[in-house]
Amino acid sequence: MTTLHFESINVGDKLPAKEVPITSSLIVGGAVASRDFTTVHHDKKAAQKAGLPDIFMNILTSNGLMSSYITNWAGPDSTTKKIDLKLGAPNLPGFVMTITGEVKAKNEDHGTLEIEVTGENNVWGMHMQGTVQVQLPKGAQS
Amino acid sequence: MNPEETQAFEEKIYAFIGRENGPPKKGHDAVNEPMIRHWAEIMGDESPVYTDSEAAINSSKGGIIAPPSMLQTWSMEGYSMAGDFVQDVQRGLHNVFDEHGYTGVLGTNTTTEFFRDLKPGDEVTAHTVIDSISEQKATARGIGYFIETVTTFTDQDGEDVGRQVFRVLKFVPADGDASASSESTDDESPAAPTRIASPRGHDNGWWWNAIDEGKMLIQRCKNCQTLRHPPRPMCGECQSIEWDSIESSMEGEVFSFTTLHYPKIPGYDYPLCCAVISLNEGTRIVSNIVGIDHEDVTIGMKVKGNIEQVDEKTMLPQFYPAQAGE
Repeated sequence: MTTLHFESINVGDKLPAKEVPITSSLIVGGAVASRDFTTVHHDKKAAQKAGLPDIFMNILTSNGLMSSYITNWAGPDSTTKKIDLKLGAPNLPGFVMTITGEVKAKNEDHGTLEIEVTGENNVWGMHMQGTVQVQLPKGAQS
Repeated sequence: MNPEETQAFEEKIYAFIGRENGPPKKGHDAVNEPMIRHWAEIMGDESPVYTDSEAAINSSKGGIIAPPSMLQTWSMEGYSMAGDFVQDVQRGLHNVFDEHGYTGVLGTNTTTEFFRDLKPGDEVTAHTVIDSISEQKATARGIGYFIETVTTFTDQDGEDVGRQVFRVLKFVPADGDASASSESTDDESPAAPTRIASPRGHDNGWWWNAIDEGKMLIQRCKNCQTLRHPPRPMCGECQSIEWDSIESSMEGEVFSFTTLHYPKIPGYDYPLCCAVISLNEGTRIVSNIVGIDHEDVTIGMKVKGNIEQVDEKTMLPQFYPAQAGE
């Protein structure tokens, strides 16, 4: 896994799309990995009481998927500075979320990129949309 | 709630604005490699700086770091969240909402800033303030209020390591208790959405029922023979309320059209070309143009329709470009 260089990235560059099958295992696993034991993320009856048909992904997992989408692309020497996330339709088991990203801006002084990331599921549409600010190393380091 | 009750309720909730959510919460565990590995595994994060100490030491990070998006995880309460809720100020606020029927909760926005990488051994403490509560809003989920909390995360030296703004919607679930409408044996994921059902009333139900049987009808005045669409009780020419119908040839031409790209309503394919079609019989109908790139659709183009099943529940006329020579 190599790290991208700030200089090699241009505004308008698109990140490869990634499909994430949403399963009960991913939802529960993500909730537990983030120590979020709120019942709606592992107990279907509790989720139904809250107005949804099934358990749904917690926000920390959405954040985690968004940031791993970026780090898997940018590489280990990148540094995530900020994640600004707007949440839309919930992710439920059986859905497939497609994550896409596009470089929207470059800040030469800080060596940071603003990447617009969207996660859209195939049933209810936009699950998450936001901007990740990530810093890349400059120069000939690899 | 009547206006007085709403006012009393809002006084109660707005009194929470500016309050600290109890004492700062120190994480039960310091930042540690097993929790990092567990997280990276599930999120599919392949960066070696999270899990491979040798690669991490040789990277610019100088050793294993925690994924930044784990920030909030380090101070999460944990399993007790599944049982009786921790009685902090935020929970008290949510209880006030719950007692007034605002039982639904949904996170809508998070903005998280990371001031430095966290390494194993770092101790994270969260300081949370209830920053604002919106006025009452009508949302797709139901009537509710947005609550914004701001959490500052500090380390063992009291230095800020990150900051998160978190916005949740507390709402009255739109159709009451959703579990009542859901079969207890239902273990399947929600069905793929279908198109919005056509409203079938006294004056137009017959037309849609014929569509379901594969026929597109046009209403005809029994008195003066004038055709009309959409269906309605009275003839616009002679005011007769006596009518029958003829079957349409479903041939015609595009009178006007538009293509919808956004917003994408679940159940429809996009781009969605919607056209007003002048039928050879003389009436017009709104329908979709399919079987052609939307950019190639033109006004005046000859079209021919079919009645098709477009999803599990819906029969609709769909118009295609007419074949040359037809």
